[in-house]
Amino acid sequence: MTLALQTRDLARSFDIGRRLIGPPRARLHAVRPISIQVQQGETLGIVGESGCGKSTLARMLVGLVAPSAGSIEIEGRLLDRADPAAFGRLIQYVFQDPVSSLNPRKTIRQILAAPLRHLRGLRGRELDARIAELFAAVSLRSDFLSRYPHEFSGGQAQRIGIARALAASPRILVLDEPVSALDVSVQAQVLNLLADLKAKLGLTYLFISHDLAVVEAVSDRIAVLYFGALVESGPAHKVFATPRHPYTKLLALSAPVVGRPLGGAQSGELPDPLNPPPGCAFAGRCPHATEICRREMPALRAIEGDQHAACHHPLAP
Amino acid sequence: MRLFLQLLFRNRLAGFGAVVLGVIVVLAVLTPILPLHPPNETNTANRFLRPLSEGHWLGTDHLGRDLMSRLMWGTRLSLAVGFAAALFAGLAGAAIGVLAGYFGGRIDNVTMRGIDMLMAFPYILLALAIVAVLGPGLMNALIAVAVVNIPFFARNIRGVTAGIVHREFVDAARLSGMGNARILWSEVLPNVVPVIVIAMSTTIGWMILETAGLSFLGLGSQPPQADLGSMLGEARSALITAPHTSIVPGAMILLIVMSVNLLGDGVRDALDPRLRSGAPSRPEATTRVERATAPEATESGLLRLDRLETQFRIGKRVYRAVNGVSLNLSPGECVGLIGESGSGKSVTALSVMGLVASPPGVITGGAVRLDGQDLIGAPYEMLRALRGRRVAYIFQDPLSTLHPLYRIGDQLAEAITAHQPVGRAAARARAVRLLEDVRIPNPAARARAFPHELSGGMRQRVGIAMALANDPDIIIADEPTTALDVTVQAQVLALLDELRRSRGLAILFITHDFGVVSQLCDRVAVMYGGRVVEEGPTTDLLAAPAHPYTRRLIACVPELGGGRRRLAAIPGLPPAVDDLPPGCAFAPRCERAQDACRAGEIALAGKVRKVRCLFPETTP
Ligand SMILES: Nc1ncnc2c1ncn2[C@@H]1O[C@H](COP(=O)(O)OP(=O)(O)O)[C@@H](O)[C@H]1O
Ligand code: SF4
Ligand code: SF4
Ligand SMILES: [Mg+2]
Repeated sequence: MTLALQTRDLARSFDIGRRLIGPPRARLHAVRPISIQVQQGETLGIVGESGCGKSTLARMLVGLVAPSAGSIEIEGRLLDRADPAAFGRLIQYVFQDPVSSLNPRKTIRQILAAPLRHLRGLRGRELDARIAELFAAVSLRSDFLSRYPHEFSGGQAQRIGIARALAASPRILVLDEPVSALDVSVQAQVLNLLADLKAKLGLTYLFISHDLAVVEAVSDRIAVLYFGALVESGPAHKVFATPRHPYTKLLALSAPVVGRPLGGAQSGELPDPLNPPPGCAFAGRCPHATEICRREMPALRAIEGDQHAACHHPLAP
Repeated sequence: MRLFLQLLFRNRLAGFGAVVLGVIVVLAVLTPILPLHPPNETNTANRFLRPLSEGHWLGTDHLGRDLMSRLMWGTRLSLAVGFAAALFAGLAGAAIGVLAGYFGGRIDNVTMRGIDMLMAFPYILLALAIVAVLGPGLMNALIAVAVVNIPFFARNIRGVTAGIVHREFVDAARLSGMGNARILWSEVLPNVVPVIVIAMSTTIGWMILETAGLSFLGLGSQPPQADLGSMLGEARSALITAPHTSIVPGAMILLIVMSVNLLGDGVRDALDPRLRSGAPSRPEATTRVERATAPEATESGLLRLDRLETQFRIGKRVYRAVNGVSLNLSPGECVGLIGESGSGKSVTALSVMGLVASPPGVITGGAVRLDGQDLIGAPYEMLRALRGRRVAYIFQDPLSTLHPLYRIGDQLAEAITAHQPVGRAAARARAVRLLEDVRIPNPAARARAFPHELSGGMRQRVGIAMALANDPDIIIADEPTTALDVTVQAQVLALLDELRRSRGLAILFITHDFGVVSQLCDRVAVMYGGRVVEEGPTTDLLAAPAHPYTRRLIACVPELGGGRRRLAAIPGLPPAVDDLPPGCAFAPRCERAQDACRAGEIALAGKVRKVRCLFPETTP
């Protein structure tokens, strides 16, 4: 197997309260150094709650946000400048909110033509043919092409978003909560379409979601983020069957499931990102926290085989 | 464009402004070919002729010049200068604003500080200072007026641009390989232009006035050239003896400024996206009711909805958002209302207390009885007294009920004093206790926080505290946990469940999540296309759904522990409620559908388990 994507200590911090001159008032570490590897043809599921750095990570991977440190390699090529045009031919992004990711004042044809023109240099008949092909691939009727975004339902708009992402024939798609804005009956339509496209085009996916059940259904491997850091990673079946990090377990227990009584609720909130605790960021909510947890940040290490966790006291299987 | 003109002329005042301004502009344009005296031809023998004199309709001024002619030429000049100043200020301000908003960071910081400094000067002083430096003259007055107006445009446009730049479609354009110039031109600008037009149309009147002001002071147009301001200025000395020389240009200024402003307001309203989507300019206090008769009460209960019908009328279309919904809520009971977006859950909930916006919403039938008393069509005062006191709402976005500029403790205290005769201190103490009840750590300190200082989960707790403020009997919660993370959702659900048990609250819980329903609700009603299609005790219904829609919707929900797999979907889309098919609304997507399903109304049948289907999956 070959590597589709690899990051080395990829990190990003934001300056808060920037001043005209002089250093900023504070620095927020949105993504702490993360190293991941994704094999060709694989789906890596990335889970975590809002504010844990999922979207910042995703936006670095497609070149929309420049990393503060670390490197990104796609199919062996080092992409060291945040240049969406350079990334765009290799890796593309599908947005969470399908409607707001389409310019309300452009027709669907104009929206789809942009990447074909600017990234692939297509013109005239070639361009039209490719647009028709893309539209067929996401099963939409070609008479939709001359309409405007507001005329579409969420599910249809997300198909358009997927068609746009595929236009430049990228090798990798970063799917940032692609179905969270959709109703369940439509959600599955889009997920199945994504699975078909992946098989047909030999794509690699990074699938970001807060919904564990959805991530489990589509992923080969899982990465769990908490407070900007990777806290657990491994094969999907292992991570869900035997979570090793207490946070992963809490996530799994919190998802409301038919027939399971209310529970798994734990008090506590995320730490203040401007004033992070010195040790494990989860210590304030963790039932297993000890003194070392509050003092030392645990490093990500192999627990068993290819399952990794960043915890001083990993859970027993 | 057609829509724009329609909206514009629906507003009578704007139409009037447009007509008046149109006439003035046409006359001003035609001035050179109209049979007028030369404007600067003096004739001291005929000084101060009154209006309607022979050959001089509006009379003459202190040098015997024809006022009519001077008025027309002056109007022409004033209009031209005003428009030019507006155009210049608008374009320069927009350019600054778009660039600052788009690039942000240092560029933004530096330019906006400069703009702030300019804005700190009193307006007219700044204009005077500019003219003092440049010297008097019409061109310089134009420049001065334009310059003092640039900050206004720059500020406005910068805000709008910054908002657009953070929209996802701009990121999408970047990923499509577009450069900054192209994105500015084809993605940002088309979305900013309406704002520029609005800003110009609402300020142009003032700019004409300001130019006239400078000319009046002798700093604008120089004699003998006439503009409206200089005409007024020259007439000043003869204000008492020959008032018409002042009144004529004064009236024209009034007409121009008034018509421009009326038209400008109309343009602003017509371009306002909220009005375009049919939202009301002035919403009514409660939902409009057009109901023939109230149906008989079928069952008794704390809150009882009987065949409630709510519609939205937009143009010629009628959206039947709620189409005969009956529901019963007993004390201490939690009833779930579940369905996909657009199925009518929220409108049902808002109809209960007449909170649906009218226009376009209208309650066209049914009854909502609280302790047997019908609330549909009840006077506003009564509904207001009941809102919060007996029936309280919790919404998905707690910010919609919290004021951003007041501390949460004060807002809670105000909610309490609105319904109860308690003092300020007592209300504050209760507010803190409420925050404690909803498990907000360190409630006394948090009471002094502003809404934006809290996390999403904390804010929703405050929303719940707000709802609990007056000890209501019923809480209607519309997707209160949809925007929250799962771990926070679990906390909020546990809190609601405990509050209901400890206080005997009845809860109508709206959600699209079967997991949440199963954990919280005693009974559940499933909505599709504005109707309840199935209802029953939660455990029974979830274990053996009878309606094909319910069964297939449940099958779509992925559950943790299933491993990697293909998920079930329901092909097709939910029906559009302005075009419901006759018979079963689910028929186009239903595998069991037969001709009979499409023929006519299908009743919600059954006693405890109810189902609206001719060929149900199970016989309940
Ligand atoms: N203010 C409004 N103006 C026009 N139509 C509306 C308005 N609010 C809701 N609707 C329509 O009413 C229907 C039901 O909406 P809603 O009750 O919000 O559904 P749900 O809460 O189940 O998602 C939808 O078709 C929606 O488009
Ligand atoms: S390091 Fe300690 S506090 Fe952090 S998750 Fe592990 S046991 Fe809990
Ligand atoms: S009434 Fe007919 S079409 Fe409707 S759900 Fe039942 S079987 Fe399907
Ligand atoms: Mg709703």
